Amino acid sequence: MSGRGTGKLARLVLRRDRIILPIWVLFFSLFPVSLASSIKNLYPTDADRQEYFANNASNAGYRALFGPAYSADLGALVAQRMTDVKVIIALISLLVVIRHTRTEEDARRRELLAATPVGRQAPVNAVLLVTVLANLVLGAVFAAGISGLGLAGGGTLALAFALAMSGILFAAAGALVAQVTSSARTARGIGILFLALCYLIRLVADAGGPDSGLAWLAWLSPFGWLQKVAPYTDDNWALFLLVIALAAAFALGAYTLNGRRDLGAGLLADRLGRAEGSPALGGPLALAWRMHRVALLGWAVAFGVAGAFFGGIADEAGQNAGDNETARDIIARMGGHESLSDSFMVSLTSLVGLVGAGYAVQTVLRMRAEETAGRVEPVLATSVSRLRYAASHLFFTLLGPAVALLLYGVVAGLAYGASTDDVGGELPAVLGGALVQLPAIWLVGAITVLAFGLLPGSPPPAGWPWRSASSSASSVRSST
Amino acid sequence: MTDAISLAGLVKTYGSTRALDGLDLSVQQGEVHGFLGPNGAGKTTTIRILLGLMRADSGSVQILGQEPWSNAPELHKRLAYVPGDVTLWPNLSGGEAIDLLGRMRGGLDKRRRGELLERFDLDPRKKGRAYSKGNRQKVALVAALAADVDLLIFDEPTSGLDPLMEETFRQVVREERERRGCTVLLSSHILSEVEALCTRVTIIRAGRTVDTGSLAEMRQFGHISISAELSGPPAGLADLSGVHDLSIHDGHLECTVDPGNLDEVLRTLGTIGVRTITSHPPTLEELFLRHYDAGAEPASATGDAVASR
Repeated sequence: MSGRGTGKLARLVLRRDRIILPIWVLFFSLFPVSLASSIKNLYPTDADRQEYFANNASNAGYRALFGPAYSADLGALVAQRMTDVKVIIALISLLVVIRHTRTEEDARRRELLAATPVGRQAPVNAVLLVTVLANLVLGAVFAAGISGLGLAGGGTLALAFALAMSGILFAAAGALVAQVTSSARTARGIGILFLALCYLIRLVADAGGPDSGLAWLAWLSPFGWLQKVAPYTDDNWALFLLVIALAAAFALGAYTLNGRRDLGAGLLADRLGRAEGSPALGGPLALAWRMHRVALLGWAVAFGVAGAFFGGIADEAGQNAGDNETARDIIARMGGHESLSDSFMVSLTSLVGLVGAGYAVQTVLRMRAEETAGRVEPVLATSVSRLRYAASHLFFTLLGPAVALLLYGVVAGLAYGASTDDVGGELPAVLGGALVQLPAIWLVGAITVLAFGLLPGSPPPAGWPWRSASSSASSVRSST
Repeated sequence: MTDAISLAGLVKTYGSTRALDGLDLSVQQGEVHGFLGPNGAGKTTTIRILLGLMRADSGSVQILGQEPWSNAPELHKRLAYVPGDVTLWPNLSGGEAIDLLGRMRGGLDKRRRGELLERFDLDPRKKGRAYSKGNRQKVALVAALAADVDLLIFDEPTSGLDPLMEETFRQVVREERERRGCTVLLSSHILSEVEALCTRVTIIRAGRTVDTGSLAEMRQFGHISISAELSGPPAGLADLSGVHDLSIHDGHLECTVDPGNLDEVLRTLGTIGVRTITSHPPTLEELFLRHYDAGAEPASATGDAVASR
């Protein structure tokens, strides 16, 4: 029986994650509850909500970041604010599954387990079981938490299920990418790229509003599907079938590959390397370059693509914004739709800055991972000092986000400038707007280093600073 | 002759665990020194302190005349280290890892590198993740042995190597020592390896030094094994001092005897009457097992051994 031992392995997953699992489940069910109540407190009356809806919830930048609010109803506004929560839940579920599958295999612990009477599919079964249950619990806690707000029960169920399904879908995606690659690092890279793509497609689709020529793109992204469930407005339960079908397809793919392949193997085989190190491979910085170069390239390309997208749609998003009386009034007072496009650029760029902070954290985590893997010891046993070693990685914490943001700024500036026939004016403005994010990104990286310095024995949950930065940034957004 | 390594009263605690509990170690310049002890005795912790990767809570540490924690990078130009469990960078080839480590140490002998690769039969083009345990070990060995250093520190360096490669390792270490007079600290569980290479050894248990000295010295002070067929009743044997592990079945006697009490034991046996008798000095295995076994009393035979708990 290929699933034999699933229960035992599931208990192992629970035992290993006994601290972090409850933390993330509770945090991402209760934090959205507090978001929801803050919306209720900020906009207590129907009139307030109508105004918020007209001025803010339906403007282009907001719509791009969060997707459309389908009505001025409190529930619909709450549902809109859950968009980025879904993305984070999806990201965590993806990483959890990879951590318990391909990472285990990389570390050769899977081999140890596989030699006991557990089935070939049991490790995949176990982590999917735990992650699916965790996401359902998350949804249930969220639903219970917002039940006091007086929202429609059906809408609440749909919204809670949408949160859970975003995690479940990307858990299945994680199981699949873990089978395709032969290293956990590559699996994470591909998984996150897929997640980013899904988010980006939805963003582009929603930026122009429901009447834009790109609105159909939302059907290409699972986040678009979950968006269109429109809890409290339409409650389109049928759309969940699409999400469930995709999740099932991912899981089926994962099981098929896992059932066929050799332990430790992926779809791609390793090639031979150089017999001798190139003359440049002579110190910790050169070593760090080998560790960071693929990620740097990936992030730079992703930021460049994002720049092209955002810069390309900003002008149109600004023009489509004035689809109601109040908005048109405000736009007129603010100086026409150009300033709306500008503010769209600004909010998207701050989002990019937030993601860039994630990259900075990732470079620091890489340094940490080298240490836990035992690869720092031989380096420090040569004439490399600790500071020089740390500096070799932190160089990429500084450089990586700078390169990525520079590329984003240049491409977005060119694209935005081209669409408004003002490259000379927009390029420096957009580039400047991108580069002012850098000090904040570096600070987040620095806080991560500090955390590792202060708590060397028990590493803090990956990316705490990033999450807190992300939540403070969203509160800044909601207060402006 | 000055000591290449000199540790005294070393203490290191992890929370409530006392990993090192007043450990002493001195390694003379130019010798191959065996560093032995059961699993968890504190060998790797000691080596990490020697390398300046960890700081001792108390005690003095001198390596090549310097204190390692504050002088680590300078010091590391003069030594090379091979851990017992080598992890390589998954995306660097073995050859790249060798060159990188060598260059960070301050350069390595290219001719020697090639020669070692050949003798250890290692393909340097494979990626780090593709090597087996033994081959990862070879990568670190080649990197260390191709470096021109004064001190080599090996922490169970041959774990995972096949017997042929173990032999190659022994030859290469002997050559290095003769050629350059470098000092070697070898932590190992393979007694034949220790016997073949080491002039002196230090045995530790539970974070303390229990014995140190040359192998010849240790043999002198270890228990002598006696087995004999007796022709009379074994009266009075059990009362003799210095007799251990005594067993007598159907006139067949097995015991071990402290060297100082051998005369008396033989006289008593003569009185009882003996049909056959064999006696041999302690084997290495016996020496080490006695030291390793936590239940047994540490045999503090040599002059500078540390008192038992």
